[in-house]
Amino acid sequence: MRPPFGRSRTLAIAAVGGTAVLLTAACGSSSGTSNSASAPGVTATTVTIGSTQPLTGPAAPGYSEIAPAANAYFKYVNAHGGVNGRKITYTYLDDQYNPTSTATQTRKLVLQDHVFAMFQALGTPTHLSVVSYLNSEHVPDLFVASGCNCWNNASQYPDTFGWQPNYTIEGKVLGQYIVQNFPSKKIGFFLQGPNDEFGADGLAGVMDSLQGKGLSVDSTPAYYTPTAAGAMAVGAAIAGLQAQGVQVIVSFSVPLFTAVAEASAAGLNYHPQFVVSNVGSDPPTLSAILTGGALGKKLPAGLIAGTISDTYLPVLTASSNPWVTLFQSIKATYAPSLPWDGNVEYGMAEAYTFVQALKAAGQNPTRASMVAAVESSRWTDGPGLTPYAYSSSDHNGYTGVQMVTVGADGTLTTLGPVETTDDTPTGAIVTYSGTASTPPTNGIPSD
Amino acid sequence: MNSLLRRFTFVRHGLFFLGLAVVLLILTSFVFDSYTNYNVTEVAIFAISAAGLTVLTGINGQVSLGHGALMMIGAYTTSVLLTWHPDLPLVLMLIASIVSTGIAGAIVGIAGARLRGPYLAGATLALAVALPQVPSHFASVFGGNQGLSVSPPTPPAFLGTSFAPEQWLAWITLAAAVITFFVLANLVRSATGRRFRMVRDNEVAARLSGIDVARTQVLAFVVSAACAGLAGSLFAYWVTVTSPSGFTLNLSLSLLTAIVIGGLGSLSGAVLGSFIVVYLPVWTGGFASSLNLSSNIANNVPLAIYGVVLIVAILVFPRGVAGGVASIVHGVRRAAGSNRRAGVLPAAPQAPAQ
Repeated sequence: MRPPFGRSRTLAIAAVGGTAVLLTAACGSSSGTSNSASAPGVTATTVTIGSTQPLTGPAAPGYSEIAPAANAYFKYVNAHGGVNGRKITYTYLDDQYNPTSTATQTRKLVLQDHVFAMFQALGTPTHLSVVSYLNSEHVPDLFVASGCNCWNNASQYPDTFGWQPNYTIEGKVLGQYIVQNFPSKKIGFFLQGPNDEFGADGLAGVMDSLQGKGLSVDSTPAYYTPTAAGAMAVGAAIAGLQAQGVQVIVSFSVPLFTAVAEASAAGLNYHPQFVVSNVGSDPPTLSAILTGGALGKKLPAGLIAGTISDTYLPVLTASSNPWVTLFQSIKATYAPSLPWDGNVEYGMAEAYTFVQALKAAGQNPTRASMVAAVESSRWTDGPGLTPYAYSSSDHNGYTGVQMVTVGADGTLTTLGPVETTDDTPTGAIVTYSGTASTPPTNGIPSD
Repeated sequence: MNSLLRRFTFVRHGLFFLGLAVVLLILTSFVFDSYTNYNVTEVAIFAISAAGLTVLTGINGQVSLGHGALMMIGAYTTSVLLTWHPDLPLVLMLIASIVSTGIAGAIVGIAGARLRGPYLAGATLALAVALPQVPSHFASVFGGNQGLSVSPPTPPAFLGTSFAPEQWLAWITLAAAVITFFVLANLVRSATGRRFRMVRDNEVAARLSGIDVARTQVLAFVVSAACAGLAGSLFAYWVTVTSPSGFTLNLSLSLLTAIVIGGLGSLSGAVLGSFIVVYLPVWTGGFASSLNLSSNIANNVPLAIYGVVLIVAILVFPRGVAGGVASIVHGVRRAAGSNRRAGVLPAAPQAPAQ
């Protein structure tokens, strides 16, 4: 229970006093090897970071596993000594994928919980509501769990960093695949929006690749609103695409809405080729939604067979991949109730990147040293299929994806090599020639 | 002095609210930390809107399930104007929102004056459900689901660079709340307030007394909507993003919850109710996360506790918290009185529940 105001004030004073004592103690021992409370949220033994996540609400199916999975990785790191002797405390709050809640919950994390940094805050419309605030407070805003291009804006948002390939990069590669494989089919779009950066950035990327290639494109995308009411309107939107004779539906949608779209199409006896953004295509998540009866009745998981998507992490079902083995074993110990799916892999991989950054920020990290560590990182040894793009002017994370297709049993099969590009309209798409990295033996990034 | 206070409501209220303002100024400046100021701002915003709803529902007897939608009109008035002209002063935005929402309230009120009971509730419910869809359809003006961002008001330079923006917004919002409650407290004790109550209690009697029932109901709607507009404008500054997701049916129901649980028809009840509605989720959220439950359960525990607390509160205090406090005070007084003047005065009759 929350203490009355007077006591919380006293506690605050005590906390400040305590911090001062610790700081003085740290300055007293000039050896430079001891831990100090070097920043808000950092003590000699802990680092507290925060996040806002859709634990309930329309984006919760699948996405609600991401933060618990990341936390499982942090527990694993904490159990093996933490980072520079500090244990990571990860506080993630439910915002229900509602930008208004994101705004209030983020204030709680910054003003009350005094987090050192924000980590993997999820969602484009949601996180856009707080990105100015976090930057005005100089809180490192690391690895937003969204592929919006907007996180890559080092001049306006110097403390914000993306992580996954942004939707335009992803859209360009998806578009190239469509040009190469469906040149004579009519292309249509199913997008979150309108006026949502998620749908808009993806559309822009796909159109960059389709432009001037002579493909037939349905000029009016079908849009959905990510709310319960919006889910009911999806059927009509899909029927509209069917009426236009669309044969390939490019979908930038969260999982629940991908499932509703594919189920609606099947219900209309309409069988277009679905090409879905990575964020909305995780087979275990989709099959759980379909078979679990979330759409009003239990539907067969096989509905999503043949869906084309992409990945920037090792393929989930590649059981011999060392990253998959590592994350699966950590999950088994620290989060046994979670399924093994793309969300869990995502959460752990992002947590791995955070630990890389925290190690690089020095023994006594500050908010500035954390941001500088990411900007000067040039790490190549992460779980991703491509290196990170991070620099002082580029706050994008991964720069490329590999096309995949979903089999009848939900397994993913890769289609072709890893392709990298940038988010400019004319930036060339280049096949990645580097080799995949392997995790360190203890599963924790080395210094 | 005492007789002066007793005779002139305006003076009595003026002194009370001035004292309240001083207390709030001291609390926000010296006692509260930034996060408390941030939450107190939310309570004040809620209280302004709930007070308007109290006038409409508690005092005039018209149910509104659409007050969240009226707040939305206020918030969007401020946000759209600020998107066009970012430098417009806050006071002007507050006034613009009061006016625009007041006009909207007049329109709803004119329709509402023809409706009674569940039909009025249904009509206002439709407003609460339909209005949040508008920004998606006119995305170029209203920013779609993503919404419009609003910069929080920056504290004036003379307060110093370390002055927290949360404290500044708390000052502004609490000042707005104190003024609103001062105006409403006088209104409900005026002839207009008595007309409001008479229309609520017996429309036929009101008509026989020469009261224009429809006009009175529309006026109550305008007053109520103006409060919602002011609250909406402040809400935009508080959240810093105005999107349809902020004005769900939940908001309208929470406002109704606040006035019912606080005490229907009582302005102090609106404040108590707002405090409960804002702080209960904060407390239950903290409680749920301390239980170490599996995430599927823990995520939903705050909602469950919230529901249970509301049910219990209504069972224990059928006249709301303010009504409960009043009957306890009344009971204590009666006990004290019967000790001193045993058998002299008959016990005061219990006020009927509304």
